[in-house]
Amino acid sequence: MYAELGHFALTLALAVALVQATLPHWGASRGDRSLMALAPSSALLGFALVALSFVCLVAGYLGSDFSITNVWENSHSAKPLIYKISGTWGNHEGSMLLWVLILALCAALVALFGGNLPERLHARVLAIQGALSALFLAFILFTSNPFLRLFPPPAEGRDLNPVLQDPGLAIHPPLLYVGYVGFSIAFAFAVAALIEGRIDAAWARWVRPWSLLSWIFLTLGIAMGSYWAYYELGWGGWWFWDPVENASFMPWLAGTALVHSAIVMEKRDALKIWTVLLAILTFAFSLLGTFLVRSGVLTSVHAFATDPARGIFILAILAAVVGGSFLLFALRAGNLRQGGLFAPISREGSLVFNNLILAAAGGAVFVGTLYPLALEALTGAKISVGAPFFDMTFIPLMIPLVIVLPFGPMLPWKRGDLLGAAQRLSAAAALALVAALALYALEGGSLGGAAGIGLGIWLIAGTISEVVWRSKLGKVPLSETGRRLVNLQRSTVGMLLAHAGLGVTLIGIAAVSSGALEKIVAMKPGETLQIAGRTLTFEGMAPRQGPNYRDLVGHFVVREGNRVVAEIDPAKRIFVASGRQTTEAGIKSFIDGDLYVSLGDGAGTNAIVVRTYYKPLIPLIWLGAVVMALGGVFSLSDRRFRVGAPRRAATRLAPAE
Amino acid sequence: MRILAGLLILLALLTGPALAVLPDEVLKDPVLEQRARTLSEELRCMVCQNQTIDDSDAPLARDLRILVRERLVAGDSDDEVLQFIVDRYGEFVLLKPRLSLRNAVLWGAPFALLMIGAIVAIVFLRRRRPEPAGPEPLSKQERAELARLLSERK
Repeated sequence: MYAELGHFALTLALAVALVQATLPHWGASRGDRSLMALAPSSALLGFALVALSFVCLVAGYLGSDFSITNVWENSHSAKPLIYKISGTWGNHEGSMLLWVLILALCAALVALFGGNLPERLHARVLAIQGALSALFLAFILFTSNPFLRLFPPPAEGRDLNPVLQDPGLAIHPPLLYVGYVGFSIAFAFAVAALIEGRIDAAWARWVRPWSLLSWIFLTLGIAMGSYWAYYELGWGGWWFWDPVENASFMPWLAGTALVHSAIVMEKRDALKIWTVLLAILTFAFSLLGTFLVRSGVLTSVHAFATDPARGIFILAILAAVVGGSFLLFALRAGNLRQGGLFAPISREGSLVFNNLILAAAGGAVFVGTLYPLALEALTGAKISVGAPFFDMTFIPLMIPLVIVLPFGPMLPWKRGDLLGAAQRLSAAAALALVAALALYALEGGSLGGAAGIGLGIWLIAGTISEVVWRSKLGKVPLSETGRRLVNLQRSTVGMLLAHAGLGVTLIGIAAVSSGALEKIVAMKPGETLQIAGRTLTFEGMAPRQGPNYRDLVGHFVVREGNRVVAEIDPAKRIFVASGRQTTEAGIKSFIDGDLYVSLGDGAGTNAIVVRTYYKPLIPLIWLGAVVMALGGVFSLSDRRFRVGAPRRAATRLAPAE
Repeated sequence: MRILAGLLILLALLTGPALAVLPDEVLKDPVLEQRARTLSEELRCMVCQNQTIDDSDAPLARDLRILVRERLVAGDSDDEVLQFIVDRYGEFVLLKPRLSLRNAVLWGAPFALLMIGAIVAIVFLRRRRPEPAGPEPLSKQERAELARLLSERK
């Protein structure tokens, strides 16, 4: 029953999306308000229908209804509740439904909160969102229907891929998808503006917060995915330059550029054409990522769809949406008027530099990811492009960006004073340099690692210099400094946090890339090994029963000197339903880094292979990402962004007259 | 208890997938072993999905790791080892594509993009050079006229 209801709701949603995509557009062209008024109501209705459909699929999973093919293929009655829910999107069909659900949610949000937009812009934006929904709903209904029935229904399901049976699956894809798909709002605004042929203040005030919100989710989603890979895959890697990771990283780079260029557009009315192009580009990268992951064109861990019909359908969507919007851009961008002049050394200039580097970096990732595919398609030659290529191209591009970054916020709009900014940053630069040199002299390690940590410190210290400067610390009485600190705009605080967060991540990356240690040995119970100043004792193995798996747990005691400081229990996990095995690493975080233990094979009598890794400062990588996202939240909470804020302020002022 | 532990480990031995680098592969000479690890990180496990032979637990990856170490022990240079493997498995095994004509676009693209972007930005900013600031300064006659008018008002 659920399956039919869900299928029916999805079909209806397609019909509604088609209405939403066409009639309001027509209405906007003819100036017909009743047709334009269809847009918000159809967006809300469409969201309700997709949500109903999604709930139906979740219900199928919760009830372990194996007469639904999708549930049979990816679930098992003994699976814990959380994986029954998250398993809904742990497969191709379900994850596409989640994708469309978020797309419909974005349209519903624009419908609900867009009342203060110019009527025609509002109608056009919603119509474009409707068109996107229609394309992807058609994709699901025609190639990836999650509600197909199976007869006779099997008694038991085939279980979810064990690697996916992890809390990470409940968090990582939804965060990532909200990030990906959230950029559809900026895209719809960009295309609507091109059709309308003009961009006004309302446009930038809308696009920036929604892009920022998507960026926050994408940042957290990527960080979560990285952390998940770190603890799940069993060898402590945190980023592999895997095509699927790149697929999420490209929209992040373009989205980061977008949230910066939108600032210029909002405050200075400049970079309009470029911002529109970035809004299109960011969502194009999101679609490209969806294509790469969903079509199975890449053979990588994440690609579980291999049906070529799907690949061609989604490629057609990609070509239509990206090609169409670029064509529109080429035809119409000339109509957008430019404003706001500025000198090269200025806040705007620094943001242009930021955009230049981020775009080139995004381009490098794009070429590296697609080159093997293109070369094979054109010449039949097979090559691989892996981590060494990306390290050699991406890192050199990022270094100038990081060096220049603290200067940007120190420069005023229009025309800046580079010397003054350099003076204000001299303490930060000195600190970073001394720290890097001291680290290299004392700790040894690689020069690159020390330089990377120095750059991270440069970003954090640069942020502190910025706070000192803005609060006039030491130049005015302390009470005045305090008042200035309290009065810092939330968007400024957000910017400072985001920049410092990048510094924190950078320190983590540099430390773990240059200072990681590993020991791979066969151990018998009672044996010890030394790593990073600690002694690890293997106490033995014991079985443990889980809800739908059996664990074989190794017990390790960590000592510093004679003092026990931690116990680590890595496991090998066998899933009962599928018989498949995963490695559950044991991780203990210390102040200086992580100790990471994972179990390998047995090796001779009584001995087992134990892999022990010391990962200095690695938690900083994800902590920094969280700080960056927190910066985004602060910026978003700035009162200027809150919907209706100007109106409220006006009413409050009224009695004073 | 010991028997149980022994049995459990035996169970692990029988069911477990072989994980990446194993203790019996590690070379005695730490310098050679380090070179082997560095090389392993540039070689793709061909039956896996985007994994290096260093990370992979596939039997083929183990064979390649052992092969790399054999060549190093035999005295090959790093390039000779890579060439040895490429001769047998093709360029597909290299995670760092060679600097060749075929890969020129790949290696050139990031920096070409940066250059093109920089040129576009510079041209764009130049074209929009600010107009001369304010009107032309007053001529001598105009200044004299202004002084006269101002003095008249007093």
